[in-house]
Amino acid sequence: MKRLLLALTALFALTAPALAQQEQSTAPYAYRQLDDPAKERTAKALMETLRCLQCQGQSIADSDAPIAGSMRSLVRERIAAGETPEQIRAWLIERYGDYVSYAPQLTELTWPLFAVPLVFLLVAFLLLRRRFTLRRDALDVAGDAPGDEA
Amino acid sequence: MSDKAMSETSAGVRPRRWTIWLPLGVFAAFVALVLIGLLRPADHTVRSALVGKPMPTFDLPPALPGRDGLASAVLTNGKPHLVNIFASWCIPCRVEAPQLAELAKAGVPIEGISVRDSKDNLLAFLQENGDPYQRIGADDDGQVQLALGSSGVPETYIVDGKGVIRYQHVGEIRADQLAMILQKLDEAGR
Amino acid sequence: MIAELGLAALWLAAALAGLQLLGGALAQTERGAALGGVVRPVAVVQGLLALFAFFCLIYVFAVTDLSVKLVALNSHAMKPLVFKIAGAWGNHEGSMLLWVTVMGLGGAFVALIERRLPERTMLATLAGQAFVSLGFYAFLLLSSNPFERLSPVPAEGQGLNPLLQDLGLAFHPPTLYLGYVGLSIAFSFAIGALVTREVGPAFARAMRPWVLGAWIFLTVGITAGSYWAYYELGWGGWWFWDPVENASLMPWLAATALLHSVGVLASRDALRTWTVMLGVVAFSMSMVGTFLVRSGILTSVHAFAVDPERGSFILALLAINIGGALTLFALRAGTVSEGTRFAPVSREGALVINNVLLCAILGIVLFGTLYPLLAEALGAQVSVGPPYFNPMSALFAVPMLLVLAVGPLLRWRRDTFARVGKGLVIPAMLVVAMGIALVAFAKVPLLPFLGLVLGVGLAWASVLPLRGRNLRRLPLAVWGMVLAHFGIAVALIGMSSESAFSSEKLVAVHVGEITQVGPWGVKLDRIEPIAGPNWTALQARLLVRYGGDGKVVRLAPQSRTFWAPPQNTAESALLTRWNGQLYAVLGGEAEGGRWQLRLWWKPFVPLIWIGGLLIALGGLLALMGRVTTDLRRSVISDRIADRRDDEQRLREERA
Repeated sequence: MKRLLLALTALFALTAPALAQQEQSTAPYAYRQLDDPAKERTAKALMETLRCLQCQGQSIADSDAPIAGSMRSLVRERIAAGETPEQIRAWLIERYGDYVSYAPQLTELTWPLFAVPLVFLLVAFLLLRRRFTLRRDALDVAGDAPGDEA
Repeated sequence: MSDKAMSETSAGVRPRRWTIWLPLGVFAAFVALVLIGLLRPADHTVRSALVGKPMPTFDLPPALPGRDGLASAVLTNGKPHLVNIFASWCIPCRVEAPQLAELAKAGVPIEGISVRDSKDNLLAFLQENGDPYQRIGADDDGQVQLALGSSGVPETYIVDGKGVIRYQHVGEIRADQLAMILQKLDEAGR
Repeated sequence: MIAELGLAALWLAAALAGLQLLGGALAQTERGAALGGVVRPVAVVQGLLALFAFFCLIYVFAVTDLSVKLVALNSHAMKPLVFKIAGAWGNHEGSMLLWVTVMGLGGAFVALIERRLPERTMLATLAGQAFVSLGFYAFLLLSSNPFERLSPVPAEGQGLNPLLQDLGLAFHPPTLYLGYVGLSIAFSFAIGALVTREVGPAFARAMRPWVLGAWIFLTVGITAGSYWAYYELGWGGWWFWDPVENASLMPWLAATALLHSVGVLASRDALRTWTVMLGVVAFSMSMVGTFLVRSGILTSVHAFAVDPERGSFILALLAINIGGALTLFALRAGTVSEGTRFAPVSREGALVINNVLLCAILGIVLFGTLYPLLAEALGAQVSVGPPYFNPMSALFAVPMLLVLAVGPLLRWRRDTFARVGKGLVIPAMLVVAMGIALVAFAKVPLLPFLGLVLGVGLAWASVLPLRGRNLRRLPLAVWGMVLAHFGIAVALIGMSSESAFSSEKLVAVHVGEITQVGPWGVKLDRIEPIAGPNWTALQARLLVRYGGDGKVVRLAPQSRTFWAPPQNTAESALLTRWNGQLYAVLGGEAEGGRWQLRLWWKPFVPLIWIGGLLIALGGLLALMGRVTTDLRRSVISDRIADRRDDEQRLREERA
């Protein structure tokens, strides 16, 4: 839905037409799968978490941009050569920064991303516990009496 | 119906817990955040994280018969270089051509990396727009482009004599940026 | 001329919104009570004027009046009529006009038919609606005028982005907007109730159908958008956790929570402040989403320019509307009592848990969407995508699904697990059996595994509330709930199955060559050129066969070239079977005269959207049930009143 909606947004923003690009990547594995299905699965899973640098709002697994093709080929070739997905991700991050990875890495800049769900979990737990422990003793006594806490 | 329930406001007790202000607080934080984003629109350009680091090693075959290809080894000859990533299918590259010609005239060594291109198109492009390049390496698969942390065409890297990337210019070099480029080259040469 | 009429209607509508606000506000005081009479008629006329302006815009698009700037920039004479019309809202200005039109019509509708609440609350509600509308009218008229003229008149328009030239555009934005903006009614109700401090079951009952209605449209809109993206983008993805998508998901999550808490308030008089807050939050999420999309603050600079003026305008609107509402909430919520109490193991208890979990998911989506912005403020670039959103939302979705299976079986006020436990034996066994089968026969990643396992269990558990009930006398609302919950299970199975079992094939084939994807044999029969109204295309004729001996079926994916604006799109071809979908895309020409094909076999993928539609249909049943009950109730009370009048008259006559 993203690209469509961005296309909508593009119209809102009335921007210049996209730069001319070569139509397709000619890199060997841009549009070709690895022969080993297990390796191809690994490569595909990694591609889905890498950001296309030209289109910027899509993963390289679903983009026709030539640079996405080059990146797909890079991923497949390196997986075929025996590198692990995290090594490839680290190699790309070394060159493009955290931006290239859709999976945020745990760094001093991104820890809130991982802390916040835990905080939510805690808050949810406390909120519910509070509500229910309050309720249990009040229930027998009060029945339908209006509560006094908001 | 149930008028009784509706008007059940406990007028006497007015507990004011801070949690009631929490949504407003969160919203205020949101407004502050997007206000920063609006007033100081961040630069969304994806820059190479390799600036300040050595140029990755590569060895590209010649893009045109009879010309030299480009290997990263030539960048460590003690003199600063411009490495220009370009392609015949890229319109901003045409806009940039006069500036590159001027730089070449000023004696700046310019090395070209032609990305995802064909020989015929490249030849036509150089005939039309001039050829400021000392060497042109053919990066047909775009793999060297990725190795350099480049996300588009054209991009220009300033590499000092030891082969360390000192500056990355994203997009075409415009006429009013020539002085800046020359200054960066000067800094890289020191 | 028509454009000027539309503009005039808009100005008039804005003025009437001002009058509506004034009337509604003054009516809250002793002296201004007389002014209350104008509010309802003004609201109706205002809505009709906005609708008129919207039709004016459609007209100028339909006849391709290129002297109107918006038409010149976004339309083209050669475009098919349906896309000309849909193009009216396929741009910023037009879609904002659609927004105020829906908002005006919503207010008009409320003013016309909603008479269950005390008039003072209703007038405050309509004033709230007018206040929000006024801001959007100002935005439209001052910074996004859709009727602006252009001089000199260009010979031809610039055309519409080909990706949008699809029936999806005719359908998806209007439904989504009906949902987004429909939530403004819930927002106004919450404001009205806070102003008059009348939060109780009657308020909830009055608000519920409007929330349900907006939620149905939102559900349909998101489902349609997801399917549109799926077939249009040509890579088989159906959800990308993009900011623009999250902007539609967040109001849906809030509205879903609201829908359930409003039910608790209506039938049990509990969760008063919580419900009011959700009423405010749901529409706030619509506005926040619109802001994020329109300001360009989260999209990339390569394609879209940030428009600080427009962004600042919407931000100011947000600050006034949401900030004002939340301040009012904080000031008044302390004086609204919480209402009836209940035990944790009860229907209300389950609903509260799910409400909290839904809000936690909402919080994560919001935080993850905004985080890149926060990182930017700190001077770094970070991407947050599916690898973050999927597991983090699952963290809360899994317990939510468990509660969803049990909750509808519980009684109000207080219940025990022992009572409902027996019914859940079969779904629990299904979960275990599915789990064992998956472990034994397929290697499935954790999240799809959980989805499949919980999906089958929930599918069974969701129909359990029907057990032991007289199906013919069961209220429609119960049918609706069961259907919607079943829809969630169905969608969940579809999503998990797509993610776990899809097979992909990327090949370059010669004409006549046969290739294999999943159980399908696919033969490229030939490549032929064809022409459409504003495009030409290469079309691949594929002959496909399921299994070794299935029937041969034709598929024809195209690679289209549009000329206004010049752009290529891949038109996928889909073949649906009961157990999944074959998805075929024609790519470019490869060396050696071969053609790129992208093929996917996606088992049970249509369940995603079928599930979405079931959820919406469940909502529709519930809405019909509520409305007919309310109508019956009001007819009965009218009749009682009539009879009382008659008796009174008789008595008087006798006297």
